[in-house]
Amino acid sequence: MSSSARAEPGVHWFRFAAPAEFYRLAGKLVPWFAALAGVLAVVGLYIGFFKAPTDAQQGESYRIIFIHVPAAWMAMFLYVVMAFWAGVGLVFNTRLSAMLASAIAPTGALMSFIALWTGALWGRPAWGAYWVWDARLTSTLILLFLYCGFIALHAAIDDTRRADKAAAVLALVGVVNVPIIYFSVQWWNTLHQGASIRPSGTSIAAMMVAGMLVMVFAFWMYAIAAVLHRVRSIVLEREQRSAWAQQAVAQETRKAG
Amino acid sequence: MIAAVGQVIRRDLLLAVRQRADVLNTLLFFVVVVTLAPLGVGPELNTLRTIAPGVVWVAALLASILSLNRLFAHDFADGTLEQLLLTREPLAAIVLGKVAAHWLVTGLPITAMAVPLGLMFDLPGEQAAALVLALLCGTPALSLLGAVGAALTLGLRGGGVLVSLLVLPLNIPVLIFGAGAVEAVAGGLSAQPHLLLLAALSLASAVLAPWAIAAALRISLE
Repeated sequence: MSSSARAEPGVHWFRFAAPAEFYRLAGKLVPWFAALAGVLAVVGLYIGFFKAPTDAQQGESYRIIFIHVPAAWMAMFLYVVMAFWAGVGLVFNTRLSAMLASAIAPTGALMSFIALWTGALWGRPAWGAYWVWDARLTSTLILLFLYCGFIALHAAIDDTRRADKAAAVLALVGVVNVPIIYFSVQWWNTLHQGASIRPSGTSIAAMMVAGMLVMVFAFWMYAIAAVLHRVRSIVLEREQRSAWAQQAVAQETRKAG
Repeated sequence: MIAAVGQVIRRDLLLAVRQRADVLNTLLFFVVVVTLAPLGVGPELNTLRTIAPGVVWVAALLASILSLNRLFAHDFADGTLEQLLLTREPLAAIVLGKVAAHWLVTGLPITAMAVPLGLMFDLPGEQAAALVLALLCGTPALSLLGAVGAALTLGLRGGGVLVSLLVLPLNIPVLIFGAGAVEAVAGGLSAQPHLLLLAALSLASAVLAPWAIAAALRISLE
């Protein structure tokens, strides 16, 4: 709000720290990112299903990696991004950063859920069980719990400013802990049964890598589009008493109706 | 500053002594949860010996979390916490004192109680010793990490369940290394690496957690 007024001439970027400005910017960007996500997903899935060769050991079932691997990467990556924006919000007291952090959380939780679900579907033919207590599976599950904790804490506090700050502290504590959890879980697993169920380290065909990379970018674009869309809703919800927000809502309803 | 920390510890211990039931309830809860495991799994001693470290650690985790609301809630309700925030002493130090007192009345009794519980699960002497040492090294981390959750959820409705949801995932490393110490001894290895890692976790949390707790308290009392 006031940060746009204080922005020095020449530093135009801070203009978008104002929720009203960012709302408009995000509104323009969302369709682009969504379209990019759609196109990339179609291309990536085409490569994945029709171009990539069948795996010598796992047959066709391996093809779920085109969903599974990007989702798992995004799940981990989004937690760091969320903690980053939460930290920025806590330190600089910028409201938009905190809104961004709370907009990222559901997408991150969704990604870790997709990673777990597709992993379970993959695990059935590959390992003979939907769930094994593998280090990676377990740490992804814990990551999902951490996302849930962040969302739950934010939802439990009525005062949004306090909710933002409390959730930010939790995210920062979590981000310090994530590597420790990851390594402890890895060690716990190797203590029990050794790293036997990891997919064999065969070299992957170039088409598989291409398909996976395209899908990673598709997931990335989707995540950006979803987060921006969600942050728009959060901005409107929090600014509902301000004139511009009411105007924006009126405009949107006119367009829709 | 050290005098202030000592004062806080003495005060909290005095309060705990005056409200003995609170402290005893935590310990009793710990014992009851551990007792439930053989009832659910069956009295086969070989099985019990294998699951003992995990059961004791999970019970210790739950007991430590359920006792967390005593950490700040009473002081928050009667306004003491606000006074503590206003003192000239650094809040992180005061908080460290409070957590230390909390550990003395929960973590330490739980550690002591693990000795008879180890006997009930027929743990051999060396494994029982590893369990007790692991609890001694690891429970401070439980109190410290738990305090972050307690401070964040101060005064919220449904705080008890929420605090478990926030803190339990963070405590997983402590659980893994704690139970791992006993398993290492059972497998003929030394428990030392696990104990050192537990001590490292506790020391690292003792350095970092007070700042997070202090920040969380300031947010909660804004």
